[in-house]
Amino acid sequence: MSYYENVFIARQDISQPQAEALGDAFAKVVDDFGGKVTKREYWGLRNLSFRIKKNRKGHYMLLNIDAPAAAIHEMERQMRINEDIVRFLTVRVEELEEGPSAMMKARDQRDERPGRGDRGDRPRRFRDDSRGDDFSDVGGEA
Amino acid sequence: MMNGTRKPASRGGAFFRRRKSCPFTGPKAPKIDYKNTRQLLRFVSERGKIVPSRITAVSTKKQRELARAIKRARFLALIPYAVK
Repeated sequence: MSYYENVFIARQDISQPQAEALGDAFAKVVDDFGGKVTKREYWGLRNLSFRIKKNRKGHYMLLNIDAPAAAIHEMERQMRINEDIVRFLTVRVEELEEGPSAMMKARDQRDERPGRGDRGDRPRRFRDDSRGDDFSDVGGEA
Repeated sequence: MMNGTRKPASRGGAFFRRRKSCPFTGPKAPKIDYKNTRQLLRFVSERGKIVPSRITAVSTKKQRELARAIKRARFLALIPYAVK
């Protein structure tokens, strides 16, 4: 038995319960082959950073799996057949992560951060939040 | 050459800056993770290209790991391949 992480992206037009059902279906495949899914994470309907099969958004689901290779083969085969799946990635890992993944942590942080309120005297400024990309903290010399 | 401390040039110290150490090496270093978009974006240019390690001071071994993580994140459409 090996450890695997699988992330799959489901089509944007299906609902969250349907996406969860897909997760159940693939978890069952893994179970049938004598493996188990140790963690399941639904990342929500996220924006894709480019279009995949005409989709601009997708339901992301992460599965942490402890299973023999045969189970992974069968699960991937069914993912390829299923038209609701636009993309998937399975990687073998040394150990499975406990607790929420980086993606969930990032989302929690964003949800918990309180607004900074209205700072009356200051005018609203346009800010491009899509990329925080200055290299001042990354490197020094050119 | 890759990890050493750059010695000040004999012609004076005006352009000398100490070599920064690798951000992924050391006891409290963060793990490189393809799911951690925020972390990966720091090592990608505005155009979406991977920033060379000579700019970011990432060690050779970690740069390979980082490149793999960035490519995985791209495949999953978490970060773009190219920004026009």
